[in-house]
Amino acid sequence: MKTVRWLSISACALVPVFALADTPTLEKVQSRDSVRCGVNAAQPGFSSLDDNDQYQGLDTDICRAVAAAALGDASKVDFVPLDSVERFTALQSGEVDLLSRTTTWSSSRDTTLGLQFTGVTYYDGQAFMVASDLGVQSAEELDGAAVCTQSGTTSELNLSDYFRINDMSYDAVVFDSPEQSIAGFEAGRCDVLSSDASQLYAQRMQLADPNMAVVLPEIISKEPLGPAVRQGDDPWFNIVKWSLFAMLNAEEYGVTSENVDEMVSSENPDIARLLGQDGNYGEGMGLEADWAYNIISQVGNYAEVYERNVGADSNFKIARGLNALWKDGGIQYAPPIR
Amino acid sequence: MIHNQTMINQRPAPTNTIGPLAWLRANLFSGPINTLFTLIGLYVLYLLVVPTIQWAFINADWTGTTREDCSREGACWVFVKARFSQFMYGLYPRDEVWRANIVFAGFFALIAWLAIPRMPFKRWVAVLALVGFPVAAYVLLHGGYFDLPRVPTHRWGGLMLTLLLASVGMIGALPIGIVLALGRRSNMPIVKSFCVIFIEFWRGVPLITVLFMASVMLPLFLPSGISVDRLVRALIGLTLFQSAYMAEVIRGGLQAIPKGQEEAAAALGMTYWKRMGLIVMPQALKMMIPGIVNTFISLFKDTTLVMIIGLFDLLGIVQAALSDSNWLGFSIEGYVFAAFVFWIFCFSMSRYSQYLERKLNTGHKH
Repeated sequence: MKTVRWLSISACALVPVFALADTPTLEKVQSRDSVRCGVNAAQPGFSSLDDNDQYQGLDTDICRAVAAAALGDASKVDFVPLDSVERFTALQSGEVDLLSRTTTWSSSRDTTLGLQFTGVTYYDGQAFMVASDLGVQSAEELDGAAVCTQSGTTSELNLSDYFRINDMSYDAVVFDSPEQSIAGFEAGRCDVLSSDASQLYAQRMQLADPNMAVVLPEIISKEPLGPAVRQGDDPWFNIVKWSLFAMLNAEEYGVTSENVDEMVSSENPDIARLLGQDGNYGEGMGLEADWAYNIISQVGNYAEVYERNVGADSNFKIARGLNALWKDGGIQYAPPIR
Repeated sequence: MIHNQTMINQRPAPTNTIGPLAWLRANLFSGPINTLFTLIGLYVLYLLVVPTIQWAFINADWTGTTREDCSREGACWVFVKARFSQFMYGLYPRDEVWRANIVFAGFFALIAWLAIPRMPFKRWVAVLALVGFPVAAYVLLHGGYFDLPRVPTHRWGGLMLTLLLASVGMIGALPIGIVLALGRRSNMPIVKSFCVIFIEFWRGVPLITVLFMASVMLPLFLPSGISVDRLVRALIGLTLFQSAYMAEVIRGGLQAIPKGQEEAAAALGMTYWKRMGLIVMPQALKMMIPGIVNTFISLFKDTTLVMIIGLFDLLGIVQAALSDSNWLGFSIEGYVFAAFVFWIFCFSMSRYSQYLERKLNTGHKH
């Protein structure tokens, strides 16, 4: 069987790659009856394995939402754990239909890698964590501090920029991995630990007493994280994009996984359109009218997904901040469904 | 009779030259400097061992199912307990784990059968282990036949995957290595240069590069829509890589056989394959045991590198478990467990090779 497979591969390798027309992703997904979703294997709060072999996290719930929209069943996802180096190749080569792996949306990635970001699921950014007994309230009081950070990351650059702009000095204490940097912080090698906010909250959980440290409010870099799809398949791009928008709109209209069955008979025209009771807004994407209903009933709206994985109902208790809806002081905003 | 009476009865050796006390005196307290070093050594050992035992056993938490059951004063083995089946089988569906268990049992039974000298029918069991068992294991693990539900390879993981990678790598690398080593010593220019290029190429690149090529570059060369299973890609990469190392170990063994052996066999009219199979190889393989086992052990540990291509081997699944938000902060327990399992396997391999060397002692030792 393996030999046959290899032979067919060697034969196919002789055919020029560009000569083959791509099957539309939605068609592939429907014929396979599952969405192949590239995720991080180990990112607390975003995608990690629980005791029952299930992936849990914000990123993996996005995969489930897309499966709910495209196939009507949120459980029809094949999660493919990907390393940060191979994630883009896996998407380009068609190994995964969708990449939802704490990937920062940046111009170079968007324009040169043959992929498209469909939206921002989490506005992340670099932040600072200090020991609570230091009594520091703001990052501007950090002049002269020893700062633990990870080598070879953009955090190192952002850090030096931030301190230079604010005319402060600091001593960098550089570690190789998140585990080492939190161990250094706990051992008192530095006063401050700096990394992406989402990671800081996870590192804080690794302290013997998580309450001994606080994350400061300042965010010193822009790290918008979002799912990405292959360039050149616009119908699939639309499905992934509107899956997120449906979750955001559902939060805005107060539709949750618990009340969605009552909301189906709502008089509110926005809700009726969202849940497919007034017109069929799934048609343009090649989906059924209840595509958004499936997302909300099986996965939940954005607030539910957020709170369950990284927010108040999780171990991390990350405040919504920038990730709140535009009505609540954040910048999460979805175009209307109509 | 007189003889008997005058003979002094046998007496035990003086107490200060036998027994543990004498051993201690001779080895640890034979002079002031040695005594000093012994005391310092004991003190350092005390400093290391006591906290380790306290952490790992006395203060450790053994019972419970969640994070709250851990006092965090010592090791929290609850974490390993809660994750044990994941560490063993990866994401293999829980209802189907019996299939993996049968394969595990068969694997260890066959190895024991082949390793214990008294067992009969060795030849047939070896054929079964090399031909029948892999097919049966594939059918059982992968499913899709005989009404067994299909379990795609991306759900395989944990110790099961580590053993699979290591044993396929070992079973594949040994014959390929023998062929390459013989080819490299051949007089035929094409065969020889092919073997030299193959060996030098695979030895010249790091394993991590091979795995990256297999997982990152290969899919780009293939037309879209065609994808080779990642596990198959990793297995092929690992086997080819190890066979190059194996070839050099075997060539070293061949080098050590005096040329006269082969010449004498040729003079008796033996063909090339008979000379190799009956005269050279049996002598060479015995001498190569330490080298071959060394390569096997390093292969066993190298399998952890498949983590970077998204396969959850034992270490990979431990690391994945460490990032579960319910179990953050138990990395030491996870790594200690992984190290312990790896140690058991590597140490057994090492002991078995020493036993083999003693058993096959061919008079080369001095």
